[in-house]
Amino acid sequence: MSDLNAQMVEKYRNSFLKEVEANVEEGEWVKMCMQCGVCSGSCPLGPYWEHPPQEIFMMIRAGKREEVLKSESMWMCTSCYNCIVRCPRGLPITHIMHGLAHYAERLGLAPKQNPTRRFALMFWDNIAKHGRVNETVLSIKLYFMDGFSAGIKRALEMLPVGLGMLKAKRFNPWGLFFHKGCKGKRDIQKILAKAREIELAKAAKFGG
Amino acid sequence: MSEPVATNQTILVVGGGISGMTAALEAAECGKQVILVEKNPSVGGRITQLYKYFPKMCFPACGLEINLRRLKANRNIRLLTMAEVTRLEGEPGDYTATIRIRPRYVNENCTACGACAEAVEAEFDDEFHFGLKKRKGAYLPFIMAYPQRYVLDPRIIGTEDAERAKAACKYDAIDLDMQEQTVELKVGAVVWATGWKPYDAARIQPYGYDRFRNVITSVELERIMDPNGPTGGRLVRPSDGKEAKNIAFIQCAGSRDRNHLKHCSRICCMASLKQATYLREKFGDEGRATIYYIDIRAIDRIEDFYARVKADPNVSFIKSKVASITEDEKTGDVILHGVDTEGYHRYSNRHDLCVLAIGMEPSVPAGEFPIELVVDDNGFIQSDPANGAIFAAGCAEDALDVNRAVQSGTAAALKAIQVVNRVAGTEG
Ligand SMILES: Cc1cc2nc3c(=O)[nH]c(=O)nc-3n(C[C@H](O)[C@H](O)[C@H](O)COP(=O)(O)OP(=O)(O)OC[C@H]3O[C@@H](n4cnc5c(N)ncnc54)[C@H](O)[C@@H]3O)c2cc1C
Ligand code: SF4
Ligand code: SF4
Ligand code: SF4
Ligand code: SF4
Repeated sequence: MSDLNAQMVEKYRNSFLKEVEANVEEGEWVKMCMQCGVCSGSCPLGPYWEHPPQEIFMMIRAGKREEVLKSESMWMCTSCYNCIVRCPRGLPITHIMHGLAHYAERLGLAPKQNPTRRFALMFWDNIAKHGRVNETVLSIKLYFMDGFSAGIKRALEMLPVGLGMLKAKRFNPWGLFFHKGCKGKRDIQKILAKAREIELAKAAKFGG
Repeated sequence: MSEPVATNQTILVVGGGISGMTAALEAAECGKQVILVEKNPSVGGRITQLYKYFPKMCFPACGLEINLRRLKANRNIRLLTMAEVTRLEGEPGDYTATIRIRPRYVNENCTACGACAEAVEAEFDDEFHFGLKKRKGAYLPFIMAYPQRYVLDPRIIGTEDAERAKAACKYDAIDLDMQEQTVELKVGAVVWATGWKPYDAARIQPYGYDRFRNVITSVELERIMDPNGPTGGRLVRPSDGKEAKNIAFIQCAGSRDRNHLKHCSRICCMASLKQATYLREKFGDEGRATIYYIDIRAIDRIEDFYARVKADPNVSFIKSKVASITEDEKTGDVILHGVDTEGYHRYSNRHDLCVLAIGMEPSVPAGEFPIELVVDDNGFIQSDPANGAIFAAGCAEDALDVNRAVQSGTAAALKAIQVVNRVAGTEG
């Protein structure tokens, strides 16, 4: 168990809902859910979720902390916003899903092999380093995420798309070797470092 | 038309639905002078469009009949139909109301013989039946309309149809020169009883009311059940006239929703429970009703009614707000999609017809009253000293069933009577 996780378990012994309200982005909305089911029924990925959003909200209120935080469910969200526009109570469901995923990650409870999680981390490393995404490097890393042979296979499958993009100048193979990044890359890194510091301080405060 | 006479001791009632009629009658039966202003050509309001009343399952015609008898017998009420209040100024005990009266083109001589309607050729959507049927350009709004007097649609005025109607009338009842009139009246207090209208179902995009013929509203179903209605009382669906033996009801359609009406419309749970019994009435054991709900709000004594409907094995309840509807183009069937809250099961259920238990909103939108009034977030008129001697009754005050609308009408009448009594005290 990570330190932060242990602290949180201690602090919110009786109420996972309170923990979510205090630590998860838009978490204070969870109690507003009236369990109507529209979000779950409207989600294009609905059939693939183990626990659709409506159920996640109920599980939070029922105190199913481990089950929620270790779940793959909120990692399924593709930010299509269908749920948000339809929710009769105006819950920012998409943001709560990302907030939960992020919180689980911070606590070290997120499922390690979840592909969305791995992609998110890769994307973050990539953009944080250069201040701008290097799409070439990112796609290659993504293809080879599950090893060399799987990567070759995936790359071959995507070849026609890649060639098309090359023709349309939407893809720059030289990016593999040269990447300009953005102006003031250093400053961006400083901003990110500061943001991280604030976030950790906040977490430590709730933990203490 | 003779000018109505009014003084500071007169009570003006705006809206002749069940709550306005009640307020007018209660006040008049207490000896007060009342002017009753109704926008439509006849009184009764929305209840005249219902097939049966919950919880007793009697016909609205019966209660309406009693009220009409009281109305005809009372000389203290002056009824103005096709009339609207365009301006209202003043203070308690001293208001001036400006009333615009549209021409009916038919006078008191009318015997409702119907010869004019037969002579006229033009047809229009029948608003009483929500456009599910056509009516002639000369028409009686509905069978029990009061006054029992025909109306000429202004769209036929100046056409040959108008002349045909006039020629057909043996009683000299048609007056094509009738003009719009504006009258100014002094009144002491006002009862505002303009009622409700159904929320615009087409705005609930995922339900496809504007795209799928077999998605209808609860108010339309009441018309379909009417023996004098668009289907002659046969419970059939609009797309192909097939008997609708398997009907889905979607609760809170447009209510309790930040994208639509925020309030609970309070009557629609009961309306769907009532309509579920229509299936058994028409098809016996072959009828099936499925009610999709968030929670059933059958308040206090009508809980018994809920219990009775629930005991019927042919009525099932699915705890889920339906996410979307699609149509099977070949059969016209509707397919309801969603996830139920009791177990989080995903469903796609096929039905012959889907009825949206549509929400109620105030018929006069906030900001469109002829005088500034304090309303709540949903546009219902509040009981507030700032409203002076303007008292709301019925669904102008809140989403109410008939029983409560009548109580609210009586309460408003009492408040208005107190105001005009005070005026009488100071003047007399
Ligand atoms: C599907 C459905 C089924 C229902 N079934 C039942 C049931 O079974 N039992 C039950 O108890 N209740 C039922 N209700 C509720 C019932 O319809 C209302 O309680 C009732 O109509 C309220 O009467 P009202 O007089 O307040 O309003 P209304 O009936 O709306 O009357 C208002 C009147 O004011 C007039 N008006 C509007 N604007 C103006 C204006 N500007 N100037 C002058 N006049 C104006 C209108 O023309 C109308 O005549 C049902 C409702 C729905 C939606
Ligand atoms: S749509 Fe909104 S209110 Fe309904 S279950 Fe989802 S989050 Fe809760
Ligand atoms: S935003 Fe996420 S949770 Fe919401 S409907 Fe889209 S994929 Fe589903
Ligand atoms: S207007 Fe004349 S023709 Fe028409 S119903 Fe009345 S009496 Fe009959
Ligand atoms: S009465 Fe029932 S259907 Fe109508 S808004 Fe309230 S809960 Fe929904």
